[in-house]
Amino acid sequence: MPWILQAVVGLALLLVIALLVGNLVRNLTAAGLLLSWRWLGQPASFDVAESLIPFDASMPYWRALLVGLVNSLRVILVGLVGATLLGTAMGMASFSSNGLLRRLARVYVEVIRNIPLLLQLLFWYFVVFLALPNGTAAFQLPGIVLSKSGLYLAWFAQGFSWQGPELVNGVWRAPLRLSVEFTALLTGLITYTGAFVAEVVRGGIASVPKGQWEAATSLGLHWSASMRSVVLPQALRVIVPGLNSQYISLAKNSSLAVAVGYVDLYSVSETTLNQTGRALEVFLLLLGSYLIIDLLISAVMNGVNQLVQIRER
Amino acid sequence: MTSKQNTPERGTNPPLRPARPAPESVQRSWAGALRQELFASPTDGVVSLLLIAVILSAAVGLWRWAFGQASWAVIQVNTTLFTVGRYPIPQQWRLWLLVVLVAALCGLSWGLLRAFPRADRGGELWPFNDRLTVALLGFLTAWLPAALALAFPLQLRWWAITALLLVVRWLAGRWGRAWPPRLVKLVPLAWPLLYLSGMVLIAGGLGLPRVPPSEWGGLLLTLLMASFAILLSFPIGVVVALGRRSTLPLLRWSSVLYIEFIRGAPLITLLFLGQNILGYMLPGGWAPDRVWRAAWVLTFFCGAYLAEAVRAGLSAVPAGQLEAARSLGLSMPMALQRVVLPQALRIALPAAVGQFISLLQDTTLLSLIGLLDLLGTARTVMANPEFLGKNAEVYLTLAVLFWCCCAALGLGSRALERRLDPTHSPA
Repeated sequence: MPWILQAVVGLALLLVIALLVGNLVRNLTAAGLLLSWRWLGQPASFDVAESLIPFDASMPYWRALLVGLVNSLRVILVGLVGATLLGTAMGMASFSSNGLLRRLARVYVEVIRNIPLLLQLLFWYFVVFLALPNGTAAFQLPGIVLSKSGLYLAWFAQGFSWQGPELVNGVWRAPLRLSVEFTALLTGLITYTGAFVAEVVRGGIASVPKGQWEAATSLGLHWSASMRSVVLPQALRVIVPGLNSQYISLAKNSSLAVAVGYVDLYSVSETTLNQTGRALEVFLLLLGSYLIIDLLISAVMNGVNQLVQIRER
Repeated sequence: MTSKQNTPERGTNPPLRPARPAPESVQRSWAGALRQELFASPTDGVVSLLLIAVILSAAVGLWRWAFGQASWAVIQVNTTLFTVGRYPIPQQWRLWLLVVLVAALCGLSWGLLRAFPRADRGGELWPFNDRLTVALLGFLTAWLPAALALAFPLQLRWWAITALLLVVRWLAGRWGRAWPPRLVKLVPLAWPLLYLSGMVLIAGGLGLPRVPPSEWGGLLLTLLMASFAILLSFPIGVVVALGRRSTLPLLRWSSVLYIEFIRGAPLITLLFLGQNILGYMLPGGWAPDRVWRAAWVLTFFCGAYLAEAVRAGLSAVPAGQLEAARSLGLSMPMALQRVVLPQALRIALPAAVGQFISLLQDTTLLSLIGLLDLLGTARTVMANPEFLGKNAEVYLTLAVLFWCCCAALGLGSRALERRLDPTHSPA
């Protein structure tokens, strides 16, 4: 009986797939768009605002897509680090002895989690960053300048000489400049994911038995010392698997970059589609890239997970 | 009736628990509590003072901006656009009628829920059986955001609708017990009926002139998309979750493939698939509207995540439950339907509601593929030269609106969770 059910379901699935793929092949052939990868070598003839690897409009499409991928990876990597730091701080703050700090951490989580990320990104970009002053009125801290045209940071200029941002003819110059689009996207992703990480961290810390806290305190350890060397190491076993899924969703959420004009993988793909009409190939490339990024994050996090698990003797 | 406190209500049971002394924290003085919370140690004191300074300056800044520099005309002038988009004005009464009906039914269900507390029904949740409960849950989660969002006090009629909701809730709570049980049992059935008639009211048909999806917009489109996807993703999620746990390899592998495919890709690439490739895959001449294509993508997207939530619920039900049901002679579908699924769905409820909340938020992505949902409408309004530079006002309003909807859903879910918890004793 179950095998008959399976056969029926299998046949139905096959029929649906055959129908969909059959239509796809027929329609793509009619439109002259049957699967082909040759267009990847043609010149892209569009420019990209920022890129870590050299690129200009005469280079081929595959190079443009690579630029997008590298830009995506850059925002994902920096975002992961930032969200982890912010989220851990906020998660730990929700156990502070200070009532105000504790409540503030809760408010942060509750506010951020209930507002769509896209709305937050647009808010950071259009309302906060594009409204920043420019030139001499820009926000300045030692080694950091934040203005309408981007974030300027001190960095090693040549060899080991440290160089800060400087104003040249009313325009800021610095060895390390982050575009305002990148900064806005990063800020949005970090504050958003940070709230979810804070919840994961809070759950992890809450899972450590109260006796552990009490034992650490009675040994004379300070709050921060008991947190660092007694509670967090145990909490990590619960935290790491939760972090894994938050990291993956940060990677996927980075595709919203297109809304604030940062040129990431999705944004380049959209432009490529508009120019070539190669919807299927572009989609497959997108899907494959995000799949590889997901798998990479999972693999690394599984490694970390093995490190923090209890080793039974 | 001299001492009202000593007369137990309805004159039957004595109070369940003796009055307890107030907990220590309440007894402590107000100033003492404040000192304990904020100034327990010198470090805490410094941190508290710093935080108070930051909070105060932020609050003052926000207050000055909101009541000084900000100009809220952009919201007031475009209220209709934000709520119903370009829905034809002569037909808008249909939407108002729908909102009134939803408010009334929400009030009725809410009131009856209060009128029949669990303890009085010998362990039963309320006088509806389990399957109807699940159905009611689905429809309530779909329409709750609608009712709440539409109650956002922009105009007088919103207040009137909110008042209607509360009055019906009060009436049902007051006299619900006296109604014939048969009538009370009809209430959950009214929800699917209302949903179907709501679709007719919005889209047209049965004599009403048709309003094409391209004219739905704003909050209306957002809520329609969210409720459509929530309703239809629920059965998908349950079926795929069962498929993933099936012993038949074909069912299992196709379920795994579906779940991993959807969960591996960002939603925006799936919307890309729906808008650019789906048209090629469907039989010639049968190309659904862009709005419907996006709705189906959202549905299948939510379904995959829901399947994982349901799967977690299923694995949390002890294996003995299924074995016991089978050994009582129940067939496999019967055992699943009567014994395993009700328990699994109850466990999966918080995760599922979390998924619905994020789906409601994800509808904003429709604005990236050019649909005029709430955010899409907002972006067209801000592109209007008349309202240039009013980004802050518009985005803040939208944020408050979404926050209220999502927070209310979360609160509702927590309340429901407590009610469904068999170990929870009614207070």
